[in-house]
Amino acid sequence: MEALTWTGSVAFLNPVLMVAVAALIVSAVANILISIFVSEGPQQVNPDGTIAARGGLPGLLSRLLGWSLLAVVAIVVLYILLGAFMGANAGILGAMSHQLVPVWIALIILYAASIAFKRRLGLYGKLFDSPIGMIGFGLVMFWVFVGIFGALDLIVTHDPLAQVSKMKNKVPGTPMPGAEEGDFAWYLLGGDNLARDVFSRMIKGAWIVVQIAPMATLFAFMVGITLGLPAGYYGGRLDTLLSFLANLILAFPVILLFYLLVTPEIVATGVPNYMATVLFIFPIIFVGVLLNSRFYTQPNFRTPLLIGVLGVMIWLYLSLISEQNSAVSILPGFLDLFNIPGGILVVFVSVVFVNSPTVFRIVRGLTMDIKTRDYVAAAQTRGEGPWYIMLWEILPNARGPLIVDFCLRIGYTTILLGTLGFFGLGLPPESPDWGSTINDGRKLLKLYVHPALPPAFALLSLVLGLNLLADGLREESLKD
Amino acid sequence: MHTLTRGAPSCLYEPQGVAGVSFAAHFRGDAQKSPFKTPHIGARAGPCTGTKQNKDRPYQGPDREQQGVLMGLFILRRTGVMVLTALCLTFVVFFLTNLYPNLEKLAKTQGNFRMSEEAVQSWLESNGYAQPMLSKYGQWLGVVPGWTFEVDDGIKGRCFNGTVSAEEAAQAPRLCGILQGDWGYSTVFKEDVSGIIAVRLGNTGYLMFWVLVLMVPSALIVGVLAGMREGSPLDRSLSTFSILTTATPEYVSGVIFIAVLASSKFGISPILYEWGWIESKTLFKGTATSAMKDPNFSNFFLPVLTISLYGMGYIARMTRASMTEVMAAQYIRTARLKGVSFHNIVLKHALRNALIAPFTVIMLQFPWLLNGVVIVETLFNYKGFGWVLVSAAGNNDIELLLAVSVVSVIVVLVTQLISDIGYVYLNPRIRIS
Repeated sequence: MEALTWTGSVAFLNPVLMVAVAALIVSAVANILISIFVSEGPQQVNPDGTIAARGGLPGLLSRLLGWSLLAVVAIVVLYILLGAFMGANAGILGAMSHQLVPVWIALIILYAASIAFKRRLGLYGKLFDSPIGMIGFGLVMFWVFVGIFGALDLIVTHDPLAQVSKMKNKVPGTPMPGAEEGDFAWYLLGGDNLARDVFSRMIKGAWIVVQIAPMATLFAFMVGITLGLPAGYYGGRLDTLLSFLANLILAFPVILLFYLLVTPEIVATGVPNYMATVLFIFPIIFVGVLLNSRFYTQPNFRTPLLIGVLGVMIWLYLSLISEQNSAVSILPGFLDLFNIPGGILVVFVSVVFVNSPTVFRIVRGLTMDIKTRDYVAAAQTRGEGPWYIMLWEILPNARGPLIVDFCLRIGYTTILLGTLGFFGLGLPPESPDWGSTINDGRKLLKLYVHPALPPAFALLSLVLGLNLLADGLREESLKD
Repeated sequence: MHTLTRGAPSCLYEPQGVAGVSFAAHFRGDAQKSPFKTPHIGARAGPCTGTKQNKDRPYQGPDREQQGVLMGLFILRRTGVMVLTALCLTFVVFFLTNLYPNLEKLAKTQGNFRMSEEAVQSWLESNGYAQPMLSKYGQWLGVVPGWTFEVDDGIKGRCFNGTVSAEEAAQAPRLCGILQGDWGYSTVFKEDVSGIIAVRLGNTGYLMFWVLVLMVPSALIVGVLAGMREGSPLDRSLSTFSILTTATPEYVSGVIFIAVLASSKFGISPILYEWGWIESKTLFKGTATSAMKDPNFSNFFLPVLTISLYGMGYIARMTRASMTEVMAAQYIRTARLKGVSFHNIVLKHALRNALIAPFTVIMLQFPWLLNGVVIVETLFNYKGFGWVLVSAAGNNDIELLLAVSVVSVIVVLVTQLISDIGYVYLNPRIRIS
């Protein structure tokens, strides 16, 4: 087996890509310079409503920028396509693209379906009108699919924990010695300092983030909303107390808080378990109050609904928080549906805990703003209860900023998870999550850069995607 | 329905007021309801202070003296809340670090790792850890007399080092907590906490100074350039750059910088070395350990850049938002119609008004920078305040950890206070209306 080069037999594309990238950079810089020195003339609008193309040097340059950008994107797509069909013949990039074929298919199906039906899909459909939003959503969904298919073992080439001798710190594309039939023959992105496959670890790490970050953000939103709505709506002492508590948590340096909550000694005392017991009760309160305030005039419908929904939720809640042989062990073993693997619950709780005060403040601010509107006064005159007004009048009208913040906050949660991994807190040391891998890789960074860079770029692209998605959503929701 | 009348909006001069800590929340996430797009602070400060006025006369606003009193009250209340916050926070830290498993770990690291249960117990007793939590906290604060414990050859106690005779113990002060200026003794570094904190804060202060020198001007320039012509190619490229920097946490950008600029095998250093452009093997140094004694460009620039970049994007975006808002204002259009040249409009008319908002953002970036400092100091092995935090937390060094949290709480709350007061003084809409 020979070592793979980056592009293999499609290397003929490299000069073309270089030329396109050079053209892109030159035209972008020229565009920026010219926009500083030459002010834009008035745009000429034709009688049929179209706008005349800009002439002269600025027009030429902006067209050049458009074309070179298109060329770069086309060549990159060509790399991916060729790689998907040629596999390892197209080098490391080709082999990776080949491994990612399920992701490409899922992305194409998702985008085709979404664009075809975008007029019927509300805010989500409008996202496909904004290029920024589409790019962001693409990046996010890429990692979501990588996480899901990675967990189904469709993408990974090796066991992320397996150590293969002689592969320690090997550069990307190194063939595996003594690879048998059926084994993948290369370490695509090289081996780390414990001779594990960097590529597979990066893919597996995506699953950890995709699992925890949105769920933790969702829980933080439940806590923040359940406490922020009454604080903003009633004001007074309740607001003072809750705001004080929120500021208290916000005044903690995040890393100190993590160190205090996530060390093994604290975990042994059961503090995170108790915190989970408190924090995870909020979704139940939220859903209970939500349904009760909506249907309390129809007791015949409400009572069975509440019993059913809350029954299931409380069972899930109990199985979530109770773990055998830990501080909180309420349910007997046979009723316990699932156990969260060690470390993840602790990480989850601390991330929810850190995020919820901010959500609380946002919801409280929005509520204080919205409660002065006429439709709230109308609902009060109708004699609606306060919780109905909060959850069914105020909350739906605050959804725009909250959705945007949700996206940003998932990104922030991803960064927090990385921080935890970077300091080696919470998750077990062999865990393939991105923060821990960056932390492992940085120790030998001056000699071997390949173990640390892939997870770093993965985290960067996911957070960037979430920020762009939030930007696109904000833009589109402002257009309403 | 008590809420039928509009609830009185909370005032600026209330501790939990809109202008108060809500800014902090703002810049910790909520970017879309920026206060700089809707001056709701001004709008809300009106009715609050206005209730004191005669209803028949149009509201004129508090005069200078009245405003001074109000501001004094505001600062006083905020200081009270600050002290209360610091007390609660240190108690939480105290509680968590004094939980039994943590104390057991401390005993084993201080004594030896194979201590029996009884040995741990007696070590804790003879070193004052086995008392009730509240009494220990009071001793740390300096409101309860420090503990003493009689051992075979004398007396051990909180207020003196080591074992001393009974006479010496009698001469030592009774109270010794932070109220008396005694910050305690670090079990990891075997030094007085105040000394450690002073030295390390000095190191971090030096780092922060250069971070601010790099971050603030470049963020303002990027924001102003992007905001002066909304939608231009310059705006789009600079906005992309700002989003990119906000999406890059320090541990990612730091790792990328080290790989590209400070690795002798990868990135641009080997190329430059081969061409003979640089004398050393690498362009920059990957550690900043030597920067504590002899800071220079090659060993100090990367940590400074890493911290600055993450905070920069946020300030730049806020500056851009504020600049675009100002550029759309009526008086700018008037100036344009009068034929003022574009650079005069930007420099003389728009810039001053556009820079009010970023001031508060910069102040509120301090708590964030603190986080960045911890990560960067770990990554670049620069022994400052963040490095102390990590080693104190990793070893359950109780008194050092408490001092660290006191310092960081003060930093967070004081910067909030300064940003609120500064906003009031800088923004004429609040001052006059």
